[in-house]
Amino acid sequence: MHQITPLDHTHYDEMLAAGQEVRPSYQHFASWLNQATPDWLRNKQAEADTLFRRVGITFAVYGDESGAERLIPFDTIPRIISAAEWKTLEAGCIQRVTALNRFLHDIYHEQDILKAGIIPAEQILTNAGYQLAMQGIDLPRQVYAHIAGVDIIRHSDGGFYVLEDNLRTPSGVSYMLENRKMMMRLFPELFASHDITPVEHYPNMLLDTLRSVSPPEVDNPTVVVLTPGQYNSAYFEHAFLASQMGVELVEGQDLFVKNGHVYMRTTSGPQRVDVIYRRLDDAYLDPLAFNAGSMLGVPGLMSVYREGRVSVCNAVGTGVADDKSIYPYVPDMIRFYLGEEPILHNVPTWQLRKPDDLAYVLDHLPELVVKEVHGAGGYGMLVGPAATTEEIAAYRLRILEDPANFIAQPTLSLSTCPTFVEAGIAPRHIDLRPFVLSGKKVQLVAGGLTRVALREGSLVVNSSQGGGTKDTWILKEDITC
Amino acid sequence: MLSRMAGCLYWMARNMERAENTARLLDVSLQMSLLHASSQDDLLVPLDVTGSTADFLQRHHTPTPQAVLHYLALDGDNPGSIYNCMRSARENAHVVRVKITSEMWEQVNGTWLEMREWQRRGLDTRSASTFLEWVRERSHLFRGAGYGTMLRNDTFHFSRLGTFLERADNTARILNVKTKQISDNEPEAENILDYYQWAALLRSVSGFEAYRDIYRDSITPQRVAELLILRNDMPRSLRACFGEINKVLARIEGQAGRAARRRASEIQARLTYSSIEDIFADGLEQTLDSLIDDINLLGKLIHHSYLETA
Repeated sequence: MHQITPLDHTHYDEMLAAGQEVRPSYQHFASWLNQATPDWLRNKQAEADTLFRRVGITFAVYGDESGAERLIPFDTIPRIISAAEWKTLEAGCIQRVTALNRFLHDIYHEQDILKAGIIPAEQILTNAGYQLAMQGIDLPRQVYAHIAGVDIIRHSDGGFYVLEDNLRTPSGVSYMLENRKMMMRLFPELFASHDITPVEHYPNMLLDTLRSVSPPEVDNPTVVVLTPGQYNSAYFEHAFLASQMGVELVEGQDLFVKNGHVYMRTTSGPQRVDVIYRRLDDAYLDPLAFNAGSMLGVPGLMSVYREGRVSVCNAVGTGVADDKSIYPYVPDMIRFYLGEEPILHNVPTWQLRKPDDLAYVLDHLPELVVKEVHGAGGYGMLVGPAATTEEIAAYRLRILEDPANFIAQPTLSLSTCPTFVEAGIAPRHIDLRPFVLSGKKVQLVAGGLTRVALREGSLVVNSSQGGGTKDTWILKEDITC
Repeated sequence: MLSRMAGCLYWMARNMERAENTARLLDVSLQMSLLHASSQDDLLVPLDVTGSTADFLQRHHTPTPQAVLHYLALDGDNPGSIYNCMRSARENAHVVRVKITSEMWEQVNGTWLEMREWQRRGLDTRSASTFLEWVRERSHLFRGAGYGTMLRNDTFHFSRLGTFLERADNTARILNVKTKQISDNEPEAENILDYYQWAALLRSVSGFEAYRDIYRDSITPQRVAELLILRNDMPRSLRACFGEINKVLARIEGQAGRAARRRASEIQARLTYSSIEDIFADGLEQTLDSLIDDINLLGKLIHHSYLETA
């Protein structure tokens, strides 16, 4: 019998309700866990570590002098989501990403949402993520964010909230797939006793999505994955997805532009490329159009793209929609474009460019989380309750230098999930990133990446900051008791 | 296949083969230098063959066994050192990791991790032969893992192409340097010194036993040259290498490599239909010089046809 103590009553625990009662979706799992001895579980955890190391699922950490590749810690206790909850999450994600794509099409065309005064025009037009080069370009199926990662947390009230939308090059889906494979290998008996929705068809769904947005006149489109190269932190994922889809993994130097088309250099001569799933930021895509010093991109790519002779996924210029300063407007976008009420809520957000918000935030720094508007990966943020007085004072100076560059949110009480730690099994904070694919239709596999903050009390789940991952189970049918 | 991927496979194999060849040369040269310690000639041979004599002398002045060993085995600043060949083989393998078999990757990666240990510990002339033997073993393992596990497609072909082009280049170069060295010997010392030098050359290409099996007679320059240039049954001979190169080139998909195929066939035809008497009539040194140029040109054609197509 494992003694699991919930953190306190200010957090929602995914497995245990108030009074130590096991929630319905965890019932089978809890009884299985109770008959598993701690030693056996520990062995299984060690086996998982060995297997991951052997397969080489690693990531590079920026700022690590040794350039070492690290393993993302994998936790063997799954995060289980009930069928009913998933229905809400799925509908909410589809609704949200649909609205974001409508928004992107709008601001690069008629800009109705600006004319209606729902978002201040300068917020968009002066945004670093806004790409003037995309103005008036028609994209296949009017889709911009073909692959979106929506970061969702569960608050102490039990409800789901969207923390941010990742519309540029969201990563992590390879862990979703590898974690599932690992769990099936370690604990086949659990898959026999649970009816878990499969996720293994994701690469197939991704390839269909990419092919569905190729230039319209192409019959049998050639798809490639464009990577910045083997030193990128997510290189494993790039190589993984390319090989799972059965397409080439290319670098910028493999592609060239000739006679208005993009080609890749192959051993049997140039071969035309129709769809580029790029895992490279806008700024590096084409040295002729953007960052002239970039050695990673393809000179002339933008001109072919603007002519509609190659598709780039995600589209250039999606960064304007996942910017943290635009995030507060997403519920309004859903109302404006779809005429619906948002299914998933936003986290209340202070925009420091507004004087009132700025004043409030500066007065309450120790209790808030402050983030850079363009930041990602958990870098450069302030977690008030966990910061020292000096750190807060230093961050205050950074805010005052350029308040518009920051937003603040209340310190969220991310839900907890039992997690295997050194001392046994203990609750740790988690979030969830489902991956939404938009092509012919908007869809997602039932699952996502659950990230877990392994340090006790920590709320930072990013892998670059000591976070781990868990397999995410969506039950096909809810257990009734 | 992407040209860059083909290039990585080709250079992965070339570098691994180069590491092995350098180890073989170094092993024999260190042994030879013990035979007549007064002369530095033997120590200069591996430097000459790898084309790094000038760079070495500029940095170390005198070729002592310890200095040559360090320079060719472990020196991170010498691009041709065994250390750097293995590093480069591993870097190239990392790029094509999803194309090669996991056994092959684990082999290359494991070799590199151990190589770093060797470098950290350092080498002296006593531990040298253990190290050089280890290099040869790892190279055998690399080829064996590839041959035994890889699908016979272009991934396999480009890796084989790298192995045999590098090997052909090495055999031609080592024969060339030795031929020049031996012809410089004093006439009166000729016989005994010559014997050891030809024997050393044979040992460096695993040809000593082969020579005995085939000729069952004393070592003569003509027979050594025949064995290493023209014999089809000697796996490190130029003709055997070109047999493999031609086979592989013919199997690579597409028509991009016409020029490379033609050149390789021409070289092979010359090796197949020449006799050792013809070669000596033309002059061994001249023949080897022109073969080295041909190999070089073939390397360029392979690059142009497959690895950097525009």
